[in-house]
Amino acid sequence: MSASNSINTSASALRNLSFWFALSALLCLLLVDIEISSADPWAELGLMTAGALSPSVWSWPTLLSSLANTFAFALQGVTLAAMGGFVLALGYRFTLVRAFCAFIRSIHELFWALLFMQVAGLSSLTGLLAIAIPYAGTLAKIYGELFEEVDPAPANNLPPTSSRLSHFCYSVLPLAWRSMATYTSYRFECAIRSSAILGFVGLPTLGFHLETALSDGQYSEAAAFFYALLLLIGTLRLWLHKRLLPVYLVAVFYYLPPQATISWQLLVRFISEDIVPAPLRGQTIASAETLNSLSQWFSLLWQQQIWPGLVNTVLLGQISLVFTGLLALALLPLNSSLFFRHGRIVSRHLKRSIGDSILVLLRTLPEYLLAFIGLLIFGPSMLPAILALGIHNGAIIGHLLGRYTEEFNLRDDASRGITLYFYEVLPRIYRQFLAFLFYRWEVILRETAILGILGIATLGFYIDSAFETFRFDVALLLILVSAALNISVDQFARYLRQRLQLKTVPESL
Amino acid sequence: MRIQLLRNFIALTLLFITSISSATPSASSAVADPVSAKPFVFSAIPDQDEANLQERFDKVAVYLQDQLGIEVRYIPVKSYAAAVTAFRNNQVQLAWFGGLSGVQARRLVPGSQAIAQGTEDPFFTSYIIAHSSAGLEPSDNFPAGIAGKTFTFGSKGSTSGRLMPEYFISENLRDTPDKLFSKVGYSGDHSRTIALVQSGAYQVGAVNYKVWDKALAAGKIDSDKVKVIWRTPSYPDYQWTVRGDVNDSWGPDFQARLTAALLAMDDPDLLASFPRSGFIAADNDLYQPILDTAISVGIIDPGK
Repeated sequence: MSASNSINTSASALRNLSFWFALSALLCLLLVDIEISSADPWAELGLMTAGALSPSVWSWPTLLSSLANTFAFALQGVTLAAMGGFVLALGYRFTLVRAFCAFIRSIHELFWALLFMQVAGLSSLTGLLAIAIPYAGTLAKIYGELFEEVDPAPANNLPPTSSRLSHFCYSVLPLAWRSMATYTSYRFECAIRSSAILGFVGLPTLGFHLETALSDGQYSEAAAFFYALLLLIGTLRLWLHKRLLPVYLVAVFYYLPPQATISWQLLVRFISEDIVPAPLRGQTIASAETLNSLSQWFSLLWQQQIWPGLVNTVLLGQISLVFTGLLALALLPLNSSLFFRHGRIVSRHLKRSIGDSILVLLRTLPEYLLAFIGLLIFGPSMLPAILALGIHNGAIIGHLLGRYTEEFNLRDDASRGITLYFYEVLPRIYRQFLAFLFYRWEVILRETAILGILGIATLGFYIDSAFETFRFDVALLLILVSAALNISVDQFARYLRQRLQLKTVPESL
Repeated sequence: MRIQLLRNFIALTLLFITSISSATPSASSAVADPVSAKPFVFSAIPDQDEANLQERFDKVAVYLQDQLGIEVRYIPVKSYAAAVTAFRNNQVQLAWFGGLSGVQARRLVPGSQAIAQGTEDPFFTSYIIAHSSAGLEPSDNFPAGIAGKTFTFGSKGSTSGRLMPEYFISENLRDTPDKLFSKVGYSGDHSRTIALVQSGAYQVGAVNYKVWDKALAAGKIDSDKVKVIWRTPSYPDYQWTVRGDVNDSWGPDFQARLTAALLAMDDPDLLASFPRSGFIAADNDLYQPILDTAISVGIIDPGK
């Protein structure tokens, strides 16, 4: 942060911004329903606890094959996304490319899967694309911003005649490469979670059986599938080495080749019929009558679904964002060795691993499950949704921040505990914290989609309803609306990031 | 750095391209290869006890295979909509649908036919269940006291967990659920509706009577906490629906032989999969009331 401090990098700007965000969340909180109304959740919670303590595998082949599928979809998806994201990142300075990337990542993986399912069925290609497309949008953003943020000094030393290609290859790519690699590997963990979640709509991953067991109240079986997911994510560092990557890649493409029998008939029907707004279907010329019924169709949708959906999505997103931030700041010491500097080395390591494990656990728990537990305890309101989104995303940001603090060198006589946290760590991470939070903003908005069990009518709730009733025209319109919301949030976050000179991805990530 | 990068990209791209172009169905592929299905494939809506769907319906597949002399496979799906989509896309040719999902499927696939229903299905019903804290008592009359409570349906696409309860509620109380109840949720399936009302998370819910009776018999219900307060009038529900083009693939009398095989199913072990005491003939017209109701509630658009 040395150069061009002229804009506005003072701490007061950060404080002001934090104040306005907190205030907006408090105002939103006044507008939503967070009433607690539950009678006796303890019987069900008791069953869940008993299940969690006595995991049972009803079929090892099922468990292992769904584990392998989860890994395969994730690795294939991220590989394809990294290639696509790289190409898109090359054009990231163009608004149109940025908007396109924001668009493709604004659609939840589950909805991509539901869209592809209409033409490619429940196939391995559907699973691969449902991960690869939104992840390409995310990686393009990260790569693109990394390219923008590289130190300009090497570029200034190139001969003025050098071509664009050599400029890029010698003064941009090498500087960004390490961050790109670390970020991509972090996204891989997210992809495993996404891959598992795809099971909710029928792909043969861990989520398929996890959701099944949960909905039947078979918590011991659910626990086994959840622990398998936890184990897969928790041990990645141990076996996913860079050098072995090509081996794994060949293995997953051999094990689960992306294939689907795409019927052109279905594709044509989907494009020329299904997603055409109902009043326009079968019409060849735009008569006044058609336009009239189209505008009626739209205004009814606007009143009943789009506007309430937008309002609920924004309210829930804003509150969850601020709660996520608070939780992330509270959780970060769990993953930071700065707070485990004293005591015997063995106990230090032990405590640190326990802290880290808690964060892995919290961010691996699907929001959907957290919302269900919250629903049992607090009854139906926005509260379980806020908790579910906050805990999940707070644990992710807390984990990233904790890792970021590993780079700090403390003096031997540095203070400890609370003093260290507030006077040393917090000021040094705050910019980074805001950058992560703004980045999670659109993710939180997207994830509001899968909390329909709480009856919270977000845009995602209506999208899901539209798929359930085979109104693909409505689904597509709502998807476009939520994409527009996401693109606006992305633009606003980008504006804030530039104004406050926040770096999205630290080299240390 | 650059060379290594390029090399990696080229290698990965080639890998990807070859894996797509050489995609041959292999035994290791865990995902069913869809349309090239020469085997006859069927599915069922996942309305309850999902963990055992595969086991339950694999037995039915074996039975049909023996009866029809062709390869028959069952594929599980995760939602009502997925069952309908698979049927529409010809990934399955036969499905055990609920009333509403069957109507939706037959509208999307012209020529498809309802061919058999369970003995119980002409007179299906839903229960309205309530947590004890709601202070509602069982009655033969519609429980008007449910207005203002929190309420959960089952799956959005369920006949007995959503469509018919919504219809009877709106008919009796003259308003839509989102205006009548303080909160409306969609639990996802019948078993979870029971769990949520039993825990008091929602005060009132609507559930398929078969699922409730089975859970009650299995001792999964605490009658002090949750009980049935009303049963809806009866309506037609589940049925087997087959695509109209199956005779083109499996012979001119295939649909008739299939229907006969379904109607002849009398092994109690097989019938317990549904659970039904037997199967009787059905046709599309039986489900006209369901279609009319779905249109009146706004789940299906009128016309076409």
